[in-house]
Amino acid sequence: MVRLEPRRQHSQAMVYLSPVLAILMTLVVGGIIFAFMGKNPFDALYTFFILPINNSYGISELFVKATPLVIIAVGLAMGFRANVWNIGAEGQLTMGAIFGGGLALYFHDSESILLMPAMFVLGALGGAFWGAIPALLRTKFNANEILTSLMLTYVATLFLSFLVHGPWRNPEGFNFPESRPFPDAGLLPIIFEGSRVHLGTAVAVFVVIAGWLLLSKSVIGFQLRVVGKAPQAARHVGFRQKRMVWFTLLLGGALAGLAGLFEVSGPIGQLQPSISPGYGFTAIIVAFLGRLHPVGILFGGLIMALTYLGGELAQITLGLPNAVTGLFQGILLFFLLASDVLTKYRIRFGSIAAKGRTA
Amino acid sequence: MEWIVPFTLTVITASTPLLLAASGELITEKSGVLNLGVEGMMLVGAITGFAVTASSGSAVLGILAAVVAGTLMSLIFAFLTLTLMANQVATGLALTIFGVGFSALVGSGFVGFAIDPLPALSIPGISAIPIIGPILFGQDFLVYLSIAAVIGIWWFLVKSRAGLILKAVGDSHHSAHAIGYSVIKIRYLATMFGGAMAGLGGAYLSLSYTPMWAENMTAGRGWIALALVVFATWRPGRLVAGAYMFGLISVMQLHAQGAGIHVPSQFMSMLPYLATVIVLVIISSDRAKIRLNAPACIGQAFRAAQ
Repeated sequence: MVRLEPRRQHSQAMVYLSPVLAILMTLVVGGIIFAFMGKNPFDALYTFFILPINNSYGISELFVKATPLVIIAVGLAMGFRANVWNIGAEGQLTMGAIFGGGLALYFHDSESILLMPAMFVLGALGGAFWGAIPALLRTKFNANEILTSLMLTYVATLFLSFLVHGPWRNPEGFNFPESRPFPDAGLLPIIFEGSRVHLGTAVAVFVVIAGWLLLSKSVIGFQLRVVGKAPQAARHVGFRQKRMVWFTLLLGGALAGLAGLFEVSGPIGQLQPSISPGYGFTAIIVAFLGRLHPVGILFGGLIMALTYLGGELAQITLGLPNAVTGLFQGILLFFLLASDVLTKYRIRFGSIAAKGRTA
Repeated sequence: MEWIVPFTLTVITASTPLLLAASGELITEKSGVLNLGVEGMMLVGAITGFAVTASSGSAVLGILAAVVAGTLMSLIFAFLTLTLMANQVATGLALTIFGVGFSALVGSGFVGFAIDPLPALSIPGISAIPIIGPILFGQDFLVYLSIAAVIGIWWFLVKSRAGLILKAVGDSHHSAHAIGYSVIKIRYLATMFGGAMAGLGGAYLSLSYTPMWAENMTAGRGWIALALVVFATWRPGRLVAGAYMFGLISVMQLHAQGAGIHVPSQFMSMLPYLATVIVLVIISSDRAKIRLNAPACIGQAFRAAQ
C-alpha cells in the first residue's frame, strides 16, 4: 500500500525539485500525446522545445514572449501568497493597453519624448483601475474576487473590441478593426539591434528584482508571507486582510496593465481586437512554476514562453493545432500541483509500520 | 404577441446549460469541495458529445460520452485535491486551462461539421396547443432532464438520509469522519456528479444550443454557473430562478436589435458578465446569509488523523 506521511518540515530540496519533476513528466506525457496524433514523439518534442531556440533570433523571441508573462506573474504571486486569487490579469492587461494605447492614439502626431513615460503611467493606472474593482467588491461587499476579476476580463475584451470596431478605428485604414499605428514616440525602443526585444524586457528584469526586495525586505512582504501561511496568526497580530486585498490587486493590476501596454507599444504597435494569446492566464501557471518567488518566476516565464514558440513552430512545420500549447500548459500545472505533495509529505510503501513517527 | 413563443424558447435554451452545470456544482460544493474547473469540464463535455454524435450519428451515444468525459475530468481534479491534497483553487484553474486546450485540440478536426440538433419531444395534440404547447411540451430531452435534476437534487438534499450525510461532510468533515463516514469517498462521488452534470451542460451547448463545435464555445458559462451557485445560496430552488434570469439576460442581445434598440453589440454582450458581478455583490454583501448557507468546510483539504 502507498501512503502519504506528513513531513515535520517542508522539504527544501523538493521545493526546487518538484518543478523539474513536473516538467519532465509533462515532456513524457507530451511525447505520448504526440505519438497518439501520429507524430514521431522525439521529432515533435525537438520541434517544440529545442528548435525554437537553436538560433539567436529564437532566443530573442523567447525574451519577447517571456516579458509579459514575468511582469504579470510577479504581481499575481504576491496575491496568491496572501490567498488573493486575482485570475483576471488578462482583463487588467487589456485595460492597460486601452489606457496607455489610447494616449498614443490621442497624440498620434506627437514627437515628444514625454509621450512614452506618460503611456507607462496610464497603462499601469488602467490595469490598477481594473484590479481595484474586484478589490472594492471583495473588501466592501464580500464578493469573491475569483469570479468578479474573471467576469471583468470578458468585459474588458469586449470593450477593446468595441473601441477598435468603432470610435478608435483607423480613419485612414481599410475598414479593418484596428486603430491607427502608434507614432514613433509611442513605440518602445528596441534594446537589441535586429531583434524585437524592447525596453519592456529590461523593465521585466527590474520588476523581478523589485519584487524580490519587496517580498524579502519590506514589512508588507513579510505580512504577505504570514497572511498566506498562517491566516489566523496574522489576524491575531492585527495584519489587516483588507489591506492585503487592496495592495495585491492594485499591484497585480498595475503590472498586468503595464504588460499590456508593452505588448501594444512593442511587438504590436497599435490596438487591435486581440492583443494577447492568453498571457494573463498563462502567467498564473508561471507564478506557480516559479514557486511564487520572483526569481523562480523569471525561469518559469522563460519556460512558458518556450511553449508559445514551440506551439507556433509545431503548427507551421508539423501541422499540429495551436491548441497543443494550452494542453501542455494545463498538464504542466497538474503535474506541478501533484508533485507539490512531495514537499509536504513523504511517500511510504507498506503498511502503517512507521505509525509512531507520524505524530 | 407572436414573439412570446420564440422568445421564451431562446430563454429556455440559453438557461438549460447553466442550470445543468450549476446543479452539479451545487452538489460538489455541498460536500465541501470547490471545483473551479466547471468551464473546462463543460468544454470537454461539449467537444466529446459533438465528436461522438458526429462520428456515430447517435445523439444518445454523444450525450453519454459527454457525461463520461465530464466525470473523467472531475476525477483528475478529485485525485489531485482529495488524494494528493493539492490546493483546490489552483487545481480548478488548471482543469479549466487543460480543458480549453484539450477541447480545442480534439475539436480542430470538427470545426465546420454540421449535425442535426437534438429532436424536440412532442406529444401529439398537446404540443400543438398555442403558446403553452410548444413552450411546455415541445422541448428536447435535456431541458426536461435539467428540471428533473433540480427536483431530484432538492429531494436528495432536503429529504434523504444520504443528502444529510453529504451536508455533514461539507459542514464539518472531522465530525463526519469521527461518526464513521468516509469523507474522501463521499467527496469523490460528489465531485464526479459535478463533472457529469458539467459534461451534460457542455453537450447541450454543442448538440442543441448551437449544434456545432467552436473553440471556447462555453464563453464563460462555466464561471457563470459557479456564480449561480453562490447566487442561489446553495439552494436548488433559487438555482432555477437564477439560471433562467441569466438565460433571459444573455438572449436580450439577440432580441434587442429586432426591438429597435441600437446599442453597440459589444455592450449587449457584456450584460451577462456584468449581471454576474452585480448579482454576486448583492448576494455576498449579506454576510450572515452566506455564512448560514455556505458549506463550512468549502475548499479545505481533509486528511484523516492516523
